[in-house]
Amino acid sequence: MRPTLRMLSESLVEQIIAEGMALLRDPGVRVHNEEARRLLAEAGADVDAVRLIARIPETIVRQALETTAHEFDLFTLDGRPAVHYGGDEVHFDPGSAALSILDPETNRQRVPLTADFVRLVKLVEQLPQIDAQSTAMVCGDVVPEIGDLYRLYLALNYIRKPIVTGAFRTDTWWTMKEMLVAVAGGEAALAARPIAVFDVCPSPPLLWSDLTCQNLIDCARAGIPAELVSMPLAGATAPVTLAAAVVQHTAECLSGIVIGQLARPGARVVWGGSPAAFDMREGTTPMGDVATWMIDCAYAQVGKRLGLPTHAYLGMSDAKIIDAQCGMESAGGTLLGALAGINMISGAGMMDFESCQSLEKLVIDAEIIGMAKRLVRGIEPRDEPIALSLFRKLGHRADYLAEPHTLKWFRKELYLPSPVIDRATTDGWLRKGATTAAERAAERVGSLVASYQPSPVPPELRAELRAITTRAARKFGMTALPPLPDFERV
Amino acid sequence: MCSELLAQIVASLVAGDPDATVDGTRQALAAGIEPLAIIDGGLVPGMRIVGEKYSTGEYFLPNLIVSASGMKQAMAILVPELKARRQHLTSSGTVVIGTVRGDIHEIGKSLVATMLAANGFEVHDLGVDVPTDAFVARVKEAGANLVGLSALLTTTMHGQKDVIDALTKAGLRAQVKVMVGGAPVTRKWADDIGADGWAQDAVAAVDLATRLVAHVQQVV
Repeated sequence: MRPTLRMLSESLVEQIIAEGMALLRDPGVRVHNEEARRLLAEAGADVDAVRLIARIPETIVRQALETTAHEFDLFTLDGRPAVHYGGDEVHFDPGSAALSILDPETNRQRVPLTADFVRLVKLVEQLPQIDAQSTAMVCGDVVPEIGDLYRLYLALNYIRKPIVTGAFRTDTWWTMKEMLVAVAGGEAALAARPIAVFDVCPSPPLLWSDLTCQNLIDCARAGIPAELVSMPLAGATAPVTLAAAVVQHTAECLSGIVIGQLARPGARVVWGGSPAAFDMREGTTPMGDVATWMIDCAYAQVGKRLGLPTHAYLGMSDAKIIDAQCGMESAGGTLLGALAGINMISGAGMMDFESCQSLEKLVIDAEIIGMAKRLVRGIEPRDEPIALSLFRKLGHRADYLAEPHTLKWFRKELYLPSPVIDRATTDGWLRKGATTAAERAAERVGSLVASYQPSPVPPELRAELRAITTRAARKFGMTALPPLPDFERV
Repeated sequence: MCSELLAQIVASLVAGDPDATVDGTRQALAAGIEPLAIIDGGLVPGMRIVGEKYSTGEYFLPNLIVSASGMKQAMAILVPELKARRQHLTSSGTVVIGTVRGDIHEIGKSLVATMLAANGFEVHDLGVDVPTDAFVARVKEAGANLVGLSALLTTTMHGQKDVIDALTKAGLRAQVKVMVGGAPVTRKWADDIGADGWAQDAVAAVDLATRLVAHVQQVV
């Protein structure tokens, strides 16, 4: 049996969906995108062209829930299904779009550069617990206008795993699509075997900005999956009661599903988010708070009731260094998200709310993720009878270590951690240098990155990606890109 | 009677009951208490207790905001009374506040704006993603002596420097004090960009604003 977390009673789920639908009728959703307003009006929504508000009747929402994709796969760059969105399957990718990296030398944050990003991408390839890549940091050595697409350009040169990404502008989305089409071998191939999903974020409360709405429409039309990242901030941009924050999330995501389906029926849209419970002292957005995790798990339950693929930002910490708080918060969110059966959990490596990536934290988080994945595989009988034959054979002898039964099952039954997790005797720990988890993590980052094998990207595709990116950079006054580590001379 | 009414105003602020603060203010006026005495003996001490309770961890942001809203409503009643008596608040100033260009984060900025208004400042809140020129234009128009610049992102905090530079260029820098705030903003950053002050939260921002404005008034 798969252990499962249920945050809401069935009747509360129904009421939340009903109130979410009611919010779309009154007060409606603010839509700052002209095309989306036109689509909504044509479908029968009551659109106020002055206040930019769409009131969406339930029939349109129900229709969209019929046509939206209920499950789909993301593929590796060589065409194998790697991530299944749907059901209770759980996958993990690093938190995305960090503006800083925790420098392991100084233990302070700094601006990430191309070399940092490439190192992170290689590390993610080498971590078996992490299922997908993400465009996890924004590099400071290119012009900000190409900050989004440059990450994808770098990643596509090194990755095999599928990637969670997102655009910061409407025009850069097209450049990013062009790259994905080049890698997939055509638009039809990309739509048939998507290798990327785009995060699109409504603004709380109940607003679709022009940019994010256009990204959603463009994704839907191109057959590229989009992940709705609704982020009610309970107590600030959303009601403080957790159930009411989930109602707001429901309304924002339902409106995203509607816009996606009006752009193209059948579009793949994920029920996702990054809510937080506002910190009432500091005025910050804690990702490591138990109420934050509860909102995530609750909205995932709502999405599952609607038969939708799910996503959440979990497994992050608000700590500024790798300390006890960092591990505690990351573990809490990761374990709960896994138990809630959330299809894609983004956040590994992330700290300082959602602003800083740490490679060292990422390898520690990979251990937490390994344990979480073990947890949700649950406990199986394995043998029939479960234990009687073993005891008939061994009686009272404690010889299980030598028993073939142990050799047969231990890799399946136990999670076997990397040396990041210390389980040595005290003497053994002292002999190995009396290290902290962060120190062992730094060592593992080094060895994993060194073991990375280049992805089989043909030289002509590499050149094409570079040409696409250089064209975009020139539009913003940047004539040459930083050298590509391992391929171009620094 | 007088002290009892003022004590009620203090208690209403500490309890976070804006309706009671407004009622108490009206009753005090009706009882013939001078507006300045209501402010100095009721509203200011009440908010001081709320601020202290926030600083010690007993109160949280919602307490602060609700009490400030009570004080703001009370001030809206008292300011016309002061004007009718040709009196003015010694501590108050005129502040132009906003979140700088490219940044849409509102909560911190609005919190500071509310607290300043509650403490008798004339607040011109320009909102979020405010163009650099808009700050300059409003400072001129309102004759402000204080500017508050908020930024939540490391990518947008440079916009604070842009506003300071623009104020200098427009020849307004001598007339205004500039205070900066926001998650990534530090005292060092404030010094680096030539701001006059930095505050880490809304309570500290009011203290800072009061100090800065007193300084301006002394100089003038």
